[in-house]
Amino acid sequence: MIDIKNLSKSFGPFRAVDNISFSVQRGEVLGFLGPNGAGKSTTMKMITGFLTPTSGSVAVCGHDVATAPIAAKQKLGYLPEGAPAYPDMTPAAFLDFIADVRGLSGDAKRTRLAEVIGLVHLEGVLHQRIETLSKGFKRRVGLAQAIIHDPEVLVLDEPTDGLDPNQKHEVRTLIRRMSKDKAIVLSTHILEEVEAVCTRAIIIARGRILFDASPADLQKEGPLDEVFRRITTGERVAAS
Amino acid sequence: MKNTLILFKRELRGYFATPVAYVFIVIFLILNGWVTFYLGQFYEQERADLQVFFNFHPWLYLFLIPAVSMRLWAEERKTGTIELLMTLPVSMAQTVIAKFAAAWAFTGIALVLTFPMWITVNYLGTPDNGVILASYVGSFLMAGGYLAIGACISALTKNQVVAFVVSLMLCLVFILAGFPMVLDFISGWTPQPVVDAVRSFSFLTHFNSIMKGVIDVRDFLFFGSLMAMCLFANAVILDLKKAD
Repeated sequence: MIDIKNLSKSFGPFRAVDNISFSVQRGEVLGFLGPNGAGKSTTMKMITGFLTPTSGSVAVCGHDVATAPIAAKQKLGYLPEGAPAYPDMTPAAFLDFIADVRGLSGDAKRTRLAEVIGLVHLEGVLHQRIETLSKGFKRRVGLAQAIIHDPEVLVLDEPTDGLDPNQKHEVRTLIRRMSKDKAIVLSTHILEEVEAVCTRAIIIARGRILFDASPADLQKEGPLDEVFRRITTGERVAAS
Repeated sequence: MKNTLILFKRELRGYFATPVAYVFIVIFLILNGWVTFYLGQFYEQERADLQVFFNFHPWLYLFLIPAVSMRLWAEERKTGTIELLMTLPVSMAQTVIAKFAAAWAFTGIALVLTFPMWITVNYLGTPDNGVILASYVGSFLMAGGYLAIGACISALTKNQVVAFVVSLMLCLVFILAGFPMVLDFISGWTPQPVVDAVRSFSFLTHFNSIMKGVIDVRDFLFFGSLMAMCLFANAVILDLKKAD
């Protein structure tokens, strides 16, 4: 569903993403792990067509993002970092706008909007301006916006950031439930999140993939945070 | 086309969801009245036309239009919604045109709301309404020119103040290019074709010609091509620097 080949991105002399390749199949939930500035967001921005790669290619459901951007974007749902949304709009108006752009209309739109609003529990704040919402609600508006058209590929940049433990649990359940017929890529700082929802983990640092396996394999190497530190810093962590 | 319309509607509603629209329209109308009656001495002129009213439009737009255009893209960058917008299944051209069209329609609404001026002059005398209509069309076109320049500048920065000041300066250049002061200054040492070329780039030259009620295709072509060029540049700039 997602095919990434030799993808690189440079900002001036700085190489944010350095020749990475991987693909994600239907049913997979790929967790993107790595320290800040590792290239997680940059990679996601290239998958969704926001950033143009310096070299390499990305294909979403067989559509090359560079040559057939509209077709690729139709298959994609994307929650950008920080869940941006128009601050002057209400969630109701905002989601209605996204549904329109995504080509939903009439009864199908109404049903789907109600369904998505229920899934992320936005009922209570539907008619409040987005700028007045708490971080958790904003994130959920962003999530609703990403899944409204039931996309085959979901790219979520830190979907649970700013949520309280209960909300985190709900979002993880939601992701797991959707994962059967989708390819999902999510980035996170939270190691246990990988165990909780991902079927596969990629650890990335300094723009390179350092580890690519299932969370279970990752755990075999030892306690998660130690493994993470060892892999991303390249130093051996003394077993204490 | 459908997507352009969806984006256009969201944009236009956006103006009225914030105080921006109301503040702009009220200030625009107050300033229009003030310059026409006080500076322009509309009554003392005892002429049944709206020339004094339209004469001030290039100067009102100079300050007010960059205030509208500065937020077009700078705000999208600031709030991060540009990332959302650029990853929706719409083309760059559709987005650029929709945002510009919404801003233009908004200034059109403000312009239409000056209709009491038209009623006043018709009550006081018998003006040539054809000329007034032409002037309104000219004023609207000129507003589009200012806006297109401002939109293009707004795409360059995430700082709205920078966008405002730079747009204002650029628009000022486009006004002054037709000023006798500037033209006399350069006509002393440049050949006549250069002087004519500079003059032909001025908003004033084209606006004044439309204001006379003379419908000259060249004036329409000037504003039309200026807008097309600026919007094209706008799209190119966005394409080159979406992220920063």
